[in-house]
Amino acid sequence: MSGLSISRRGLLAGISAVGASAALSACGAKTGDGTSTDAAGASADTSGSTVGVGLLNSLSGTMAISEVTVHNALLLAIKEINAAGGVLGKKLKAVSQDGASDWPTFAEKAEALIKDDKVAATFGCWTSASRKAVKPVFERYKSLLFYPVQYEGLEESPYIFYIGATTNQQIVPALDYLKKQGLTKLYLVGSDYVFPRTANKIIKAYAKAKGMTVVGEDYAPLGSTEFGTIVNKVKDSGADAVFNTLNGDSNVAFFKEYKSSGLTAKSMPVLSVSIAEEEVKSIGTQYLQDQLTAWNYYETTPGAANTKFVAAYQAEYGKDKPTSDPMEAAYVSVHLWKAMVEKAGSFDVAKVKAASDGITFDAPEGKVTVDGASQHVHKTARIGKVGADGLITEVWNSGGPIKPDPYLKGYDWASGLS
Amino acid sequence: MTVILSQSFTGISIGAVLLLIALGLTLTFGQMGVINMAHGEFIMAGAYTTYVLQKSVSSAGVSLLVALPVAFLVAGAMGALLEWLLIRRLYTRPLDTLLVTWGVSLMLQQLARDVFGAPNVQTHAPDLLTGNISLGGGITFANSRLFILGLALFCVLALTLILRLTPLGRRIRAVVQNRDLAEVSGIATGRVDRMTFFIGSGLAGVAGVALTLVGPIGPTMGTNYIVDAFLVVVVGGIGQLKGSVITAFALGVLQSVLEYSTTVSVAKVIVLVAIVAFLQWRPQGLYTLRTRSLA
Repeated sequence: MSGLSISRRGLLAGISAVGASAALSACGAKTGDGTSTDAAGASADTSGSTVGVGLLNSLSGTMAISEVTVHNALLLAIKEINAAGGVLGKKLKAVSQDGASDWPTFAEKAEALIKDDKVAATFGCWTSASRKAVKPVFERYKSLLFYPVQYEGLEESPYIFYIGATTNQQIVPALDYLKKQGLTKLYLVGSDYVFPRTANKIIKAYAKAKGMTVVGEDYAPLGSTEFGTIVNKVKDSGADAVFNTLNGDSNVAFFKEYKSSGLTAKSMPVLSVSIAEEEVKSIGTQYLQDQLTAWNYYETTPGAANTKFVAAYQAEYGKDKPTSDPMEAAYVSVHLWKAMVEKAGSFDVAKVKAASDGITFDAPEGKVTVDGASQHVHKTARIGKVGADGLITEVWNSGGPIKPDPYLKGYDWASGLS
Repeated sequence: MTVILSQSFTGISIGAVLLLIALGLTLTFGQMGVINMAHGEFIMAGAYTTYVLQKSVSSAGVSLLVALPVAFLVAGAMGALLEWLLIRRLYTRPLDTLLVTWGVSLMLQQLARDVFGAPNVQTHAPDLLTGNISLGGGITFANSRLFILGLALFCVLALTLILRLTPLGRRIRAVVQNRDLAEVSGIATGRVDRMTFFIGSGLAGVAGVALTLVGPIGPTMGTNYIVDAFLVVVVGGIGQLKGSVITAFALGVLQSVLEYSTTVSVAKVIVLVAIVAFLQWRPQGLYTLRTRSLA
């Protein structure tokens, strides 16, 4: 191009400027601190024959793969409850808002659900980043959020019920299991954000106290697809097992690299905490067979409640659709809220919170009980192995529900964590 | 020793991926000066082509081989169309091209979302490519990486031969060196531009096929690679294949060596700083083409 009179340096600056502006637009400066000042809280509208409940999930963007399934499970629970006559004689009306995998958007939509749609409670969020973005909104309006995903603990908001596992119901049992198997040299691989870094902090504290060693620790940027070097490091480290806190699609690249480097589930098992049935399907069973996962529920979990749940879900969304732990927790969270409201005899948030302690539900994962003090749930921990059919089968469980301990106060070795 | 060998191989395989994604750009950006931000979406088109073919052709191995030429044609056609619709009107305004093609890239991403859905999809690699070659002593070379390396070298060779030996290649080089003179010599420069763009974009499609062996296929996969691709071409020098080849492997090895001794993020930062420093010293890149044009 004879007309091209732009220097290479100028071009690079131009390209990075475009990249930077894209990044900036993706993380706008709004933190969801709404402009409204009526801190008295927006009251839910329970005057009519129906009551609105909010569904706040990413229906688009990078997290849609996971969150759409949660959304579906919530809709299924609402449908079942309505078929059985609703809550306090009122039918539930699902109001969906798309968080679009963007944390500021989550905060805006949360406010819209509470203020405009006047919902009685909201169900949703997946990533800890989205939960942290909506937390101040729910606290300001004194409205309830039911959060369905395992997370890194160290949090107790008075207006959030944590229905997924906290660390002592997932990560700590997983470490106990590895230790029992004699796999004491661990390599930690995770995505570079709050959940993996906090989880690994806990793992390192545990290892130090229990005579395990962490031989290496690596973080890849979210969405990273180049794992050659990390896998080489893992291979040379002489580790017994890998503790994997990678999130989302990076798992695909990681496990492809892992398999082709000659590492196997036999020679060095990988224990993952963010891979459920839905992800197994998308990563490819050929890469994951015999690897380990830690959850509280699998599609294969035995029991009449689960048989019913899986059948109902597949009747609604298709025979080939798997069920997974976060979906199950979402489904359970609606039923728990219903039980709380009925015990309180009111949709009023303060009364519902007061009634929450000791509420039980015969969930697909087994019996769950709400701990009113921490607003978490007693859950059974389960280690599973990926089978050739892509389903996960349990190889160990904690024998019964574990009391939630989000701050790990019951563990001496965790005293330094905050 | 084991570490050094494994790491060198990792570096070379990162280099091969970089080379594949940058190869098309050496033509469209290096030879023509078009800043095509939608290059990444042509990569994505190639990857989705592989996915569609695997759905329709049963065996993974066959569909991968069929996908190479088909993805080349699909992405190439998209590139030629883009050139004919928009870019040919903007040859004198390089910065406008950047904005226009960025807009196109966003539209193509949304199109992919509408057609294939927002969640990423997977292809199955043929069994042969999920294995590895073991050299003993714990050194293994992944077959899929060897395949990508072979593919990259094959594409470089083919492109070199086209540019050196064919009438089309001669015309491309003539237009790059002096557009006006080529025009008065009777070369239809418009058509040459379109062909150049076709080949460059087609090569992006081939890169997309290779990337299905590495990671997931999704609407935004192109954006992960586009900046790296431009870096390779800019550092390598404009209009010279040689520069891009050396740069891709050098950056790959540098990245993997640094990553081994530090962390992924730190390694990326150091590589970028090194590139900036290098461009201070040689603003035109590693190799430059001496042209007779006045610009």
